[in-house]
Amino acid sequence: METLEPLLSEHPFIKGLDPKHIQLITGCASNVRFDAGQIIFREGEEADQFYVIRQGKVALQIYTPGRGSIIIDTLTDGDILGWSWLIPPYLWRFDAVATELTRAIALDGKCLRNKCEADHDLGFELLKRFASIVDSRLESTRIRLLDMYDSNGNK
Amino acid sequence: MIATEINKNLENKIAVEMIPEFFRILHVQRDTQDTFTLELEPPKSGFTFAPGQFNMLYHFGVGEVPISICGDPAINDKLTHTIRAVGTVTKSMQKMKKGEVLGVRGPFGSHWPVEELVGNDIVIVAGGIGLPPLRSSIYYILASREKYGKVVLLYGTRTPNDILYRKELEQWRARFDMEVHVTVDRAAADWKGNVGVVTTLIQRSHFDPFNTVAMIVGPEIMMRFTIQELQKRGVVPENIFISMERNMKCGIGFCGHCQCGSTFICKDGPVYPFKAIKDILVKREI
Repeated sequence: METLEPLLSEHPFIKGLDPKHIQLITGCASNVRFDAGQIIFREGEEADQFYVIRQGKVALQIYTPGRGSIIIDTLTDGDILGWSWLIPPYLWRFDAVATELTRAIALDGKCLRNKCEADHDLGFELLKRFASIVDSRLESTRIRLLDMYDSNGNK
Repeated sequence: MIATEINKNLENKIAVEMIPEFFRILHVQRDTQDTFTLELEPPKSGFTFAPGQFNMLYHFGVGEVPISICGDPAINDKLTHTIRAVGTVTKSMQKMKKGEVLGVRGPFGSHWPVEELVGNDIVIVAGGIGLPPLRSSIYYILASREKYGKVVLLYGTRTPNDILYRKELEQWRARFDMEVHVTVDRAAADWKGNVGVVTTLIQRSHFDPFNTVAMIVGPEIMMRFTIQELQKRGVVPENIFISMERNMKCGIGFCGHCQCGSTFICKDGPVYPFKAIKDILVKREI
């Protein structure tokens, strides 16, 4: 039977992991598809998965009373969606909506958490990789906080 | 005797370059809430410029400002400037109408090395009002499209309402020989495009980093992070060009207003190879 292992092992997030760890991760993986406009998860729901986006576009949104939903980030081909499954209380902090047909690999967070507890080498490798994603998203957020395109003489 | 002659020549050059010519406004386009485009008619045909150069625009009785030329360099009977209304002069210019007259001095400064980029992939990164200074180079490249490799335009701005040249961006995106990505810093849920800082688009774009020349214009902080991302992808510093902005006044490196270290932005710039300006770019005292 064909598995998701070849697809996952070529993804930059997974590439370079020990083959036995890739096998473990594949055991928690499934293929998913979201139509345009479909809600992937909502703020406050249990964060029991994360996604490797293969193709498509996902908007991360936050709802603010009076202003409606504001998009705070968009993710696309190759991006990783979601790290709340790693951090207690394991609840999503934002809404995620597919803005176009999106195909992804879903990874069962609960299953992976247990495997990471049992195999700290796998846990450390995954945390290192998530730390790098968190770092680049934090940098992007910080740059946007500067509001560098405002009209106060900035370009 | 020789010194006197040199001084006289210098005086003549300064006199010629400091006197504005009268250009009539042919058309005013309101691009966004605070940005507008003026099409100007030169007093005599044949106004030539190179992509990346700028003019000093004089609103008589109000003041003079440096503005990049953003029209097609192949068209020399019309001069185009996109201006953001941020200060006294530009806010006053925003109220000008067709038929009124502006003073123009220029073109001044260095230009994008578009002729030397033949054979390379081109990555153009614009932030906010940084798109107009790059538009003439896009026209130039597209006019000889077959001479270049991949052409990628990455444009970041504040919100969907701040997107400049929307129609043109759509036309460029519809071409099969150009990759165009637009992103905004924030948007409402009905926005179908990208949200995020412009640097995130670099990893998503398709170009050969070892055969790529990048041209960047935007706020200096945006240019710094863009350069870092390009270098992460493998683009060498020698192939990165940026356009600097300072308080240009005379346009001929005479008054010193735009001096930045040992360089005068109006005369030696505004377009620089990154390698030539990188120490200045991170110097806090300048």
